[in-house]
Amino acid sequence: MPVEHVVPEIAVVIGAAVVLVVAMFTRRARQWVNAPLALLTLAAAAGFTIDVAINGSPLTTMHASWAVDPVTHAARLTILGATAIAVVLAPEWLRRDPRHGEYYGVLLLSALGAMLMAGAADTMELVLGLLLASITGYTLAAYHRGSAASVEAGMKFFLVGGLANVALITGVVLLFGVTGTTGYEHAAMALDGASRPVLVTAVTLITVGLAFELGAIPAHTWMPDVAEGAPAPAAAFLTVVPKIGALVGLARLLSILPEPQVGWRPLVAVIAVMTMTLGNLAALWQDDVRRLLGWSSVSQSGYGLMAIVAIGHSDRAIPALITFLIAYALANLAAFGVVVELRGRTAIADYDGLARARPWLAAVLVVAFLSLVGIPPLAGFVAKLELFTATIDAGYAWLAIAAVLNTVVSLFYYLRVLGPAYTAEAPRAVPVLGRWAGIGAGVAAAGLLTVGLLAGPVSRGLEGAPLLP
Amino acid sequence: MLTAAVLVPLVGAIALALWPRASERTARGVGVVTTLVPLVLLIVTWGRFEAGASDPFQLVERIEWIPQLGASFAFGVDGIGLAVAATAALLFVVAVVYPADTRGRPRQYVAWFLFLDAVSLGLFLTVDLLLFYVFFDLSLVGMYFLISSWGHGDPKRAALKFFLYTLAGSLVMLLGVLAIYLGTEPRTFDMAEVIAQQPLAGEATRAGLALLALMIGLGIKSPVVPFHTWLPPAHVDAPGPASTILAGVLLKMGTFGMIRLPYAMLRDSFQRWAFVIAVVAVISIVYGALVAFGQRDLKRRIAYTSVNHMGYTVLGVAAAGALIGGDEAARELALTGATVEMVAHGLITGALFLIAGSFWQRGGEYDLDAYGGLAGQAPKLAGATTIAAFASLGLPGLAGFVAEFHVFVGTFSVFPVLAAVGLLGILITAALFLQVLQELFLGDLPDRWRGFPDLVPREVSALGVLLALTVLIGVWPGWLLDVVRDGTAWLVGS
Repeated sequence: MPVEHVVPEIAVVIGAAVVLVVAMFTRRARQWVNAPLALLTLAAAAGFTIDVAINGSPLTTMHASWAVDPVTHAARLTILGATAIAVVLAPEWLRRDPRHGEYYGVLLLSALGAMLMAGAADTMELVLGLLLASITGYTLAAYHRGSAASVEAGMKFFLVGGLANVALITGVVLLFGVTGTTGYEHAAMALDGASRPVLVTAVTLITVGLAFELGAIPAHTWMPDVAEGAPAPAAAFLTVVPKIGALVGLARLLSILPEPQVGWRPLVAVIAVMTMTLGNLAALWQDDVRRLLGWSSVSQSGYGLMAIVAIGHSDRAIPALITFLIAYALANLAAFGVVVELRGRTAIADYDGLARARPWLAAVLVVAFLSLVGIPPLAGFVAKLELFTATIDAGYAWLAIAAVLNTVVSLFYYLRVLGPAYTAEAPRAVPVLGRWAGIGAGVAAAGLLTVGLLAGPVSRGLEGAPLLP
Repeated sequence: MLTAAVLVPLVGAIALALWPRASERTARGVGVVTTLVPLVLLIVTWGRFEAGASDPFQLVERIEWIPQLGASFAFGVDGIGLAVAATAALLFVVAVVYPADTRGRPRQYVAWFLFLDAVSLGLFLTVDLLLFYVFFDLSLVGMYFLISSWGHGDPKRAALKFFLYTLAGSLVMLLGVLAIYLGTEPRTFDMAEVIAQQPLAGEATRAGLALLALMIGLGIKSPVVPFHTWLPPAHVDAPGPASTILAGVLLKMGTFGMIRLPYAMLRDSFQRWAFVIAVVAVISIVYGALVAFGQRDLKRRIAYTSVNHMGYTVLGVAAAGALIGGDEAARELALTGATVEMVAHGLITGALFLIAGSFWQRGGEYDLDAYGGLAGQAPKLAGATTIAAFASLGLPGLAGFVAEFHVFVGTFSVFPVLAAVGLLGILITAALFLQVLQELFLGDLPDRWRGFPDLVPREVSALGVLLALTVLIGVWPGWLLDVVRDGTAWLVGS
């Protein structure tokens, strides 16, 4: 067993275990020590990832169930970084929560689920990762047991998730049935003679299962509810991290399928357009910023799927996928970070005059939203540029046009929040949560600017990188 | 040095944004200094510029940005870029100096102007296709905040419409840019390289679609009919100096982009469609003039004359691109005219919008019917308005004439009928400006304007610079034409 390839995941497991034990034996007032512990774990895992990335070569490991390639490394680092920001957003919000310490353990396990999905080169591992991410996700969404909204969010998440998980498992079983193996590498070889209807059904079911974690049609309905009802730091995490794992996992699985038999590109393209359009239209008239962010997360999943459509047909597809994930993660974390720092204030009207009362938070919100729109020189611009280039290059110019139209629509609802924040009179007082949540949001916003300006190094080494197996 | 011209205003903007205690005086001081620096740098560049050099772009400075995509932070000049950038730099100095109500937030007000200054100069000076798009897009952000925060009337709605409409345009343009980029081999965003390669040259359909995307995007920004509907509300509700920048600088991004991108990079395709583009331009000229004549609101009227004037520019570009490989002299005249029109329109309409801003500061309205007989009450204002109006209607001896003369002489040998129809526009513009002068300054002075103050020294000096240059270009255009011709010569292939 070549353990050294999966040291980052092992580090996260150990860290999560330590955090849970510490939470058990620490007084409530001291539970915050788990936040630095979690950050330490994430930093260690990131260090190991970088070490493997620099010193190792792309390969599949653990009986070919695990792909360790540049895409896995990039996804791991993005997941670890996004989780770190989510950790920083939490301590002040959960200060009075009786289960404050355990929160970080669940967070780490959920991140582990996303990492498993991203590296999965075997359908069983994909299932494992998805289930781990889902179950911990339900817990995080319903973390405020006393809040009806939080429990409702968790419940809706669970119901949609249960169905989606069943779809995924059924699809995996069907795929196993026609190929006789769970590993991608062997499955790819066995697919040529497989029965086409069964194969198409299996792929569709698996796509639906992953669309759940992705927040894409047809399993997207939990996204706005979780964004609105879950504890704000948990919402920041849940709208971002599982999506990273699911998108990479889906890309890896679909790229092994023989195209003449399974026309998955058009399927994904249609899902992409429907997802971005529905998300945008639903976001248009939301009067609740968190719900608006939830729907915007749905529409962003649609943009992300554009990269998958181009995989194999354009060498910009992989860089597009990764830059999109980084840009999306930072922007969403920054936007939710502002919500957390504003103590969860959520009606659009509550943001009137924010620029005068809290200029820095307003600036973070502007950076986050404009990056989601794709205004240069923010990271979101580089992501959209790569996505458009990849899809046009792959011969899906109509998909790029649909994305352009959607981008214009999306500007409208982002400006519904930003406009009054800058033009309206300042409200009496705008209380904030504390220093750490503000730092978390600020770091994410600074990241958006840095990634945009230094876009070169970010996607270096990903161009034409192999997507294993 | 060109990089510094872009960076200095940006640094000024950031400094003001982070300087909580800056007073109106300090803010304006920082503004004037950081807008003067690029102007001085561009004047020095004008001196260093070599006419007849072999490379299209001179004094190129380059830092890598996304090497995998072949994109870099690269700046350089040709004659056209230099002329337009210098005009923009001058207009920003004037706009920052000019009095306007800053609503208690002078710091942010000046900071957004400086941001726009950096973005505009970046756009006119960049020689990287991707960076061009970046600046094109960023200009929307700056103008959105200026209109929505310091506008009057219904500024939020006007700003929103402006942002949505022009973002749609710029994204459509992005698709065109990417189509060109994907046609290059090896892939690059370097403008000189792209122009040399002429990507998509053999593929009529793809090149046609790329051209369409670019022309829609740039046409919205210019604006040409039928993409002009965002313009009047944005202009009317923006503060005076912001209108000056919008008309004098931001609209140029559209026409300048037409010369830089579709004209230079998709020559075959541009030639094939030049007649259609010229027809659209003539429609803009006549329709813009007619609608302007119908307006009773001073600022709306000036706004619609911008549609008319940008039509001249587009007509010149279309005529220049019509027949690649023949009649170079006429086409060069047309393209030179188009460029001079950009400079002239920047100066003249910039001045007119500042004057409109002065009316708003004093009277609080733009309705032509409300004013009258001000010639005796405010002689300096009347004088400045008269010069600007005459320049705008193309009176010989002023800059507008030089530009329009070149455009029409060039166009006559390519599209004689269209040129004849386009002349109608000049006639209507003349009528509508004479009417403006008559209604504002002649007739009876209404009682409420008995105390109407004349221009203050700051206004006189700002308008004086713009109008002096208008006259200078009118009577001695040689210094400008030499530089501009150097840019147009290689574009018409002579």
